Amino acid sequence: MNNTNIINSLHKHDGSTVAGVMLRVCIAMIPGLLCYIWYFGWGILIQCLLAVGFALAIECLMLRQRRKQITLFLKDGSAIVTGLLFAFTVTPFTPWWITLIGITFAIVFAKHLYGGLGYNPFNPAMAGYVFVLLCFPAQMNLWPSVSGLADVAPGMVDYMSMIFLAQPSASNPIDAISGASPLNHMMSQLGLMAMVSEIQADPLYGDFAGAGWEWINMAFLLGGTALLFMRVIHWQIPVAMLAGIFIASLLFNLYDSEIYASPLFHLFAGGTMLGAFFIATDPVTASTTPRGRLIYAALIGVLAYTIRVWGGYPDGIAFAVLIANATVPLIDRYTRPRVLGENQ
Amino acid sequence: MSILLDNPIPFRGGVRLAANKAQSLEKPSTEAFLPSLLTIPLRQHIGSSAIPIVKVGEQVLKGQKIAHDQGFISASIHASSSGKIVEIANRPVPNPSGHSVPCIVIETDAKDEWIEHAGVEVDPYELSPIDIHDRIHAAGIVGLGGAGFPAAVKMLPGVHSEIHLLILNAAECEPYITCDESLMQTNAKEIIDGLEIIRHAVQARECVIGIEDNKIKAIAALRQAIDDIGETSIEVVSLPTIYPAGSEKQLIKSLTGLEVPAQGLPLDLNIVCYNVGTVYAIYNAITYGEPLVSRVVTITGEAIKQPQNLKARIGTPINELIEQCGGYIGEVDRMLIGGPMMGFTLHNDTAPVIKTTNCVIATTAVDVPLPQPVLPCIRCGDCAAVCPVNLLPQQLYWYARANDYDKVQDFKLFDCIECACCDYVCPSHIPLVKYYQSAKAEIWDQERQRMKSDQAGQRFKAHNARLELEQEQRELEQPQSQGKETIKAEIDAAVKRVKAKKAEKDNQTIRHKDKADD
Repeated sequence: MNNTNIINSLHKHDGSTVAGVMLRVCIAMIPGLLCYIWYFGWGILIQCLLAVGFALAIECLMLRQRRKQITLFLKDGSAIVTGLLFAFTVTPFTPWWITLIGITFAIVFAKHLYGGLGYNPFNPAMAGYVFVLLCFPAQMNLWPSVSGLADVAPGMVDYMSMIFLAQPSASNPIDAISGASPLNHMMSQLGLMAMVSEIQADPLYGDFAGAGWEWINMAFLLGGTALLFMRVIHWQIPVAMLAGIFIASLLFNLYDSEIYASPLFHLFAGGTMLGAFFIATDPVTASTTPRGRLIYAALIGVLAYTIRVWGGYPDGIAFAVLIANATVPLIDRYTRPRVLGENQ
Repeated sequence: MSILLDNPIPFRGGVRLAANKAQSLEKPSTEAFLPSLLTIPLRQHIGSSAIPIVKVGEQVLKGQKIAHDQGFISASIHASSSGKIVEIANRPVPNPSGHSVPCIVIETDAKDEWIEHAGVEVDPYELSPIDIHDRIHAAGIVGLGGAGFPAAVKMLPGVHSEIHLLILNAAECEPYITCDESLMQTNAKEIIDGLEIIRHAVQARECVIGIEDNKIKAIAALRQAIDDIGETSIEVVSLPTIYPAGSEKQLIKSLTGLEVPAQGLPLDLNIVCYNVGTVYAIYNAITYGEPLVSRVVTITGEAIKQPQNLKARIGTPINELIEQCGGYIGEVDRMLIGGPMMGFTLHNDTAPVIKTTNCVIATTAVDVPLPQPVLPCIRCGDCAAVCPVNLLPQQLYWYARANDYDKVQDFKLFDCIECACCDYVCPSHIPLVKYYQSAKAEIWDQERQRMKSDQAGQRFKAHNARLELEQEQRELEQPQSQGKETIKAEIDAAVKRVKAKKAEKDNQTIRHKDKADD
């Protein structure tokens, strides 16, 4: 035997890679993406391409600045996931430069300044989203109208114009192509002392939660379940987060169903399913112990509900995730599982 | 009352691995050829090295003791064939570091002539437990499963305390390794007899064989042997094939539902475990009086022409065994000792088989690819999901890397069994177990350093006190004119002063030590 390798590590591996994990996450978002396109047109696809492109470019730049192996780390796919999550969280009308600012904040500040992949305490996509939400509230609250409900659904030209020129196209005025999201609508109507039953009579509330959004949520639920079966994510986070939203909304709904919307509405509105299966499950920023994951995700669920109902923003997933991220070191510390043979 | 479960329960975590065992079981195991040179290391076990009791040039017979055990945890070494001692020097042996260690080299004379030896004349069950222990001790038997803990030392507490359950660990859960499996296929009767002898020695109430359910032939052979003997209550329990089913604590959990206390021993539950090869060696030692001079070694891997099990004399060069298996085929990429999960790479294939060498694997780059580049931990928790001890491997890694040795112990570093399930599933390809091993080594090292400095401190204090006392006595001896009474009083006073000083100093050092500890 000449020149055999001396290797001080394991000689067998199940073949899993970080890139493989990220790839599966991306694939599992496809049903949600298709559904989104179906109800709201091509805007989301443009956003996805823009956000992923920006994310890769900035990731590349940061890796170079930090003298890391660019190809090795670009291939891990984490920047792509950040881009996609950002795109799914912002409105599809978001002007390109806001997307650029958001992604820059996510990749530079939330990720690389903390040490890059694996070291960021806060979910980069959510940090980027919250940053632009706070800086540009007007642009961030302009949602497209759902196809089928409005007279004119926004088309490719409308989106191109909104995204790249930050103005509506010549043919369709802004009022024609935009409309409130169910969460926005619910919030403003409740503010006007309307009853939940009255509010939900609006066709905007679709078949059971919100036109378009209910099926987009359903599609993310489907993709998320696939992730569970592929063992990319652990069951505790989606289950506990949905349970948190469900229980909180159920309690208040039982208390007064005319002031507090039903659990069904909350579970299938806004970013609930995306949050439960794709955002809260980001392993880097989530708790890593089994019990810790339950606490962490239940906290997100309850916080998201709280912000939706009593906070100043129609959806609270992003804020809830960031707040819960901050509690992770503490949760991890107090939820270490009992090792075999310990204190029986 | 039985502490065995009616049906074995799965232990927590673990991974399913491709067995890769069939190739080495195709051919039945055979005797390895007698090599011209035997290289026998003085230390093939956990504990202190044996001391050579032969000189260069001396003629030895097979089975003759050539090195005597030293200290409580140690094992003696015997010549594995007859011949002449040609050298006592450092030689490469199978160890992770690749460093050479002291070995006795025997030039064999091809006669393979045994020293006079005899087994028990009486029924082995009439021997007293301590007599059995002494014979095992004299035979230099160590645990052949891989750890190499001296078998007699392990038996001693069993001889003196009540044992509820004796387990034959026949799980052999690592891929590729089949030495126990082949031994069970060919020598089931001897193994059952050996088990009964151990059972008698430790006076175990119950006895069970834990074996993975993929070893169908071995299970059948054991059951047949049990039927043939008739009067035995040994039970064969087949376990699901999940790595690491053969890890002692996991095996006990599966069979009894009981958990060995963290950092404790099976003995804490009044259980003892023995490996198949060890039991066979014990059988030979008691029945024939043969010391441990050979063992079954699996020679396998994609780069071996005809993988098989060989009964090899301790000290046989590994490359000669490989030649007997038809030599290498293809490009050898790596040589492993042990399995692919817990084994280590062999630096030199001229190294000898030692008591703990259960398996040699020669791999090709295709079958066992080189590790992928390591990425940062993404905290996915897959490692925690497969950890059979329920540790948090990613937290351990984090603190081990930060050299935070207090934290790493808070996260129960020393309960890690180094099974490498975490490495196996890590998507970032981090060599986690290597970090744990070096953290453990570092902590042990610090412990040793502290003990050393404590001892040095004590010696220094004693030395100073003695000097002072001598000084005082010299001063007292000078004035000759003083009466006897005054001298005695002065001596007493001096002794008192010294004692007081010593006490003060002790206090100070204790205070210093406290500070240092803080």
